[in-house]
Amino acid sequence: MPEKPKIAFYWCASCGGCEESAVDLAEGILGLLDAVEFVLWPVAMDFKKKDVESLADGSITATFLNGAIRTSEHEEMARLLRRKSRILIAYGSCAHQGGIPGLANQFSREEILRGVYDDSPSTNNAEGVRPRSDHREGGFRVTLPDLHNVVRSLDQLVPVDYSLPGCPPTPKLLGEAVRALLAGTLPPRGSVLAPDVALCESCPRKDSKPTDLSYQEFRRPHRVALDPATCFLAQGIVCMGPATRGGCEAPCIGGNMPCTGCFGPTSRARDQGAKALSAIASSVEPTDDAAIDRVLDGIPDPIGTFYRYGLARSILRRKAGLPVDPREAR
Amino acid sequence: MEHRADEPRIGVYVCHCGSNIAGKVRVAAVAEAAALLPGVVVSRDSKYMCSDPGQEMIQQDIREHALNRIVVASCSPLLHEETFRKATERGGLNPYFFQMVNLREHDSWVHEDADAATEKAVDLVRAAVRRVRFHRALEKTEVPVHPDVLVVGGGIAGIHAALTLADAGKRVYLVEREPTIGGHMARFDKTFPTLDCAACILTPKMSSVKAHPNITLWTYSDVTSVSGYVGNFKVVVRRRPRYVREDLCVGCLECIDACVYKEGRVPDEFNAGLGKRKPIYIPFPQATPQVVVVDPASCIRVKTGKCKSTCVEACDRDAIVFDQKEEIREIEVGAIVVATGFETFDAARIPQYGLGVYDDVYTSLQVERMVNSSGPTLGEVRLKNGSTPRSIGIIHCVGSRDQKTNRWCSRVCCMYSLKLAHLLKEHTGAQVYNFYIDIRAAGKGYEEFFDRLREEGVNFIRGRVAEITDWTMTPEEEGRLVIRVEDTLAGFVRRIPVDMVVLAVGLEPAHDAQEVRRVLNIGCSNEGFFMERHPKLAPVETFTEGIFLAGCCQGPKDIPDTVAQAGAAAAAALALVDAGRVELEPNTACVVDEACSGCKTCVALCPYTAISHDRERGKAAVNGALCKGCGTCVAACPSGAIRQNLFEDDQIFGEIEGVLVHA
Amino acid sequence: MPEPWEPRIVAFFCNWCTYTAADLAGVSRMKYAPNTRVVRVMCSGRMDPQFVYDAFARGADGVLIGGCHPGDCHYIEGNYKALRRFRMIRRVLREMGIEEARCRLEWISAAEGEKVRRVVNEMVEEVRRLGPLDLPGRAAEWDEEVSAHA
Repeated sequence: MPEKPKIAFYWCASCGGCEESAVDLAEGILGLLDAVEFVLWPVAMDFKKKDVESLADGSITATFLNGAIRTSEHEEMARLLRRKSRILIAYGSCAHQGGIPGLANQFSREEILRGVYDDSPSTNNAEGVRPRSDHREGGFRVTLPDLHNVVRSLDQLVPVDYSLPGCPPTPKLLGEAVRALLAGTLPPRGSVLAPDVALCESCPRKDSKPTDLSYQEFRRPHRVALDPATCFLAQGIVCMGPATRGGCEAPCIGGNMPCTGCFGPTSRARDQGAKALSAIASSVEPTDDAAIDRVLDGIPDPIGTFYRYGLARSILRRKAGLPVDPREAR
Repeated sequence: MEHRADEPRIGVYVCHCGSNIAGKVRVAAVAEAAALLPGVVVSRDSKYMCSDPGQEMIQQDIREHALNRIVVASCSPLLHEETFRKATERGGLNPYFFQMVNLREHDSWVHEDADAATEKAVDLVRAAVRRVRFHRALEKTEVPVHPDVLVVGGGIAGIHAALTLADAGKRVYLVEREPTIGGHMARFDKTFPTLDCAACILTPKMSSVKAHPNITLWTYSDVTSVSGYVGNFKVVVRRRPRYVREDLCVGCLECIDACVYKEGRVPDEFNAGLGKRKPIYIPFPQATPQVVVVDPASCIRVKTGKCKSTCVEACDRDAIVFDQKEEIREIEVGAIVVATGFETFDAARIPQYGLGVYDDVYTSLQVERMVNSSGPTLGEVRLKNGSTPRSIGIIHCVGSRDQKTNRWCSRVCCMYSLKLAHLLKEHTGAQVYNFYIDIRAAGKGYEEFFDRLREEGVNFIRGRVAEITDWTMTPEEEGRLVIRVEDTLAGFVRRIPVDMVVLAVGLEPAHDAQEVRRVLNIGCSNEGFFMERHPKLAPVETFTEGIFLAGCCQGPKDIPDTVAQAGAAAAAALALVDAGRVELEPNTACVVDEACSGCKTCVALCPYTAISHDRERGKAAVNGALCKGCGTCVAACPSGAIRQNLFEDDQIFGEIEGVLVHA
Repeated sequence: MPEPWEPRIVAFFCNWCTYTAADLAGVSRMKYAPNTRVVRVMCSGRMDPQFVYDAFARGADGVLIGGCHPGDCHYIEGNYKALRRFRMIRRVLREMGIEEARCRLEWISAAEGEKVRRVVNEMVEEVRRLGPLDLPGRAAEWDEEVSAHA
């Protein structure tokens, strides 16, 4: 019997939803377990880092890595898995685009630590304890991963062969990717394993969007009763669907919520947020500064709206002017 | 040698433009820096790239070095892009494998530091090199040209252009907003410097317009919208009701006599307000068409509906119809000649010159009518008190060459002031004084005319007049107007008493020039005259292809220049429509079908309704014939599914990278 | 970064108005600061926000967009679309720590060569006061925390 392909699943700065999506393969996962050999899957099986280190370079057929890169541990594991894998797949929005953790690129490392360890209302930290990467006490040494200044997508750290987008990716796309992997029918390296057409193409509300849409105001989904059948943009709700890759099967739309952009841009756009902004702002109705601004005030958090999943991987990446804490100072 | 077809092999040519570029930019250093850029196979500098040897060099290099991309760094692409595209094509490449760099207008001519200018030149060349690799082979699209031509404005410029085109066999629509064609020239008495009678040379041309089988004349009409593009304009003309049927009226004028107003009561526009006309009138005896018009602002019948309507009874042809409505005509034309003329400066804006304050201060246009034998005074020059003036002052540059009003020279005032000086002297025998800054007599026979006036004893005083006043200091000044002026030749301030003052008002853009140009989608220069495409090399073209300029709407000029320009505009229009087909720049947008999600963002953004959404297929599509290539939809497409030829994303990103990334 | 630092401004000028105005400034031999590099687009409506961000990310200290005056767009209303995007772009830039004065939209007609001179000079001085933005340098600094292990 020929050797089964070796597969690794790993998570970095992740919420665990991507792991859930693998379990969502349901019965399919049993077939998968028969077809492949797992060499690393921390959420489900007991493997250690040294098990991976002991493998020959390039001996893992494919690694599905989810989560953004934001600590020295993520960095170390991503580099290790890259070395050991013939195919490295950025799995899910965070590995693909930086994801929700990428929004941290609006803040400095110190602001984040202060927020979590000092300012958070539920935190009582009178001694001002902060995590340290290297701590000695009573003859013991404790080390912790170091928090990076900048959140990164996987491909901003190591070369990535494929991306499987989504927050999380759908079982359907994962199943297709695995089948293609086993059959040796993956597309050219560098591909995103989802359709290269925006979500509108497959949106169930597509036909309800008028061709002469212009915006006199933007409304926020939690403040209005949403019509369950009409295009969100036609209701004045920002929907990222036009600027976002399809393939997700539109579960948000089905749940009567607009697309927030987790599948990232199409291959033809370099910056999903910029393209969404361009499309939406172009169709704002007024023609003078003040009136335009009043309409745009309806989008109070443009970064969180247009770059919810893509800030780390966007053209600007991180707020300029934020300090960089040097490693030695920590 | 074999080369992979997709591997860029770029030739870079840096032009000295004599010393225009090389005087500031170290062109050899730019060429050397370009030679090191990825993909550059040949990099040269040359004295004049636009010369035959320069162009020949490109063609030869394409053949010898198997070049597949060309970059020329010289002047503005608005000047020579076409030249070098053709050279590229003659070398055997698609002409769009070419990119131009503007080292002259945007660099050597505007910067003082040679190092900075050279560094900028290298950056701009690098940008073009990075851009040009993304260029694609494109085909120009050809569209048919509608053979008819629209001429807007029926002054001498529009008349001459219309006749020239009509004589060449083209169908011409001549649209004039006044009730008659003729424009300003019809109001002049004589023309300088030959003193031939303006009406005698103009009215035959007016009649020819009316009689010409190829000209459709629409007076009392406005162009309200222009859409489409070169060769295929759609024009909407509004024909205002004149309450008189043009097909029935023969110009017998019986209706005017029959009007319930026994005397004229409305200031007569044609006579610059010197006379009065009735609500039903004909602007002047030779008006064309010979059709009366009812002024809705003063006609009792139109205003109230209650009038005995004696005019209607008087017309035995039933030509007067008070229920006439405005008519909207839609026409298609291939080219448009704009000849909408000028307005004269309102001298009341300079209160110290006393127009409207003192009885005997007149504008030059009023005096033109006064000396005209068919004018309101039948050619008699009389003061308001009925006497003949014994001395007359003509003040030049009123509303011209003045920081407070208009800065430009109106070009015609010196000469028409000389003409009026001659005519006034002839009519009255008065002493005539001309107050001038300079005498600008540049034209055939003009300086000689100035000499003749001096020989005739007309007085010339150099100085800008400070004020006209009736505040007198000596018995001699009593009851007269005093002109206060610094005589800059004599070197002291003078007070010259006269009986009559003539203000030589300058030329201004028409009050609604801005609206007109928006309808036509053409540009204006700073002072508001319509802007030509190039001041020297394309003086009748505009930035909107297929629209041409003639006469004073483009800037002040005299009749000979106006007629010459009208002829040139007609010839340019003729060249366009006669060719029957026109090539369009292929910078249009197109939807990448398989990439389009059908989100419809683009559809409403297109100002030309060139984008449609196919509901069946759920995709957008650009109609290439309607697209004008602005690229707005391309920038707005949220999934990058629309491409603009010649301005593709990768091409522009390449340029950005090129100017910034020095590696 | 080359020493001494000079502001680098990428300008996107529309073909019909602002680019032509810059040509006019040249023909008129007006002198202005040599810090801009003009990228020609047919209409300010072609301005994709990606171009603005990309210019900053590649080292521009300022981005200048030039279009026809409101109502005068050669393509009827492309400049309004540019304006609306610009208002939103500035919000994003502000959130991303890039001073608003680094991105400017100006209406400059084909006849306003003098305005090209004035706006470029003004902007160069303004950006000079703000100092270098140097996003490439900052990104390199950000990436030191991972490049050391590569």
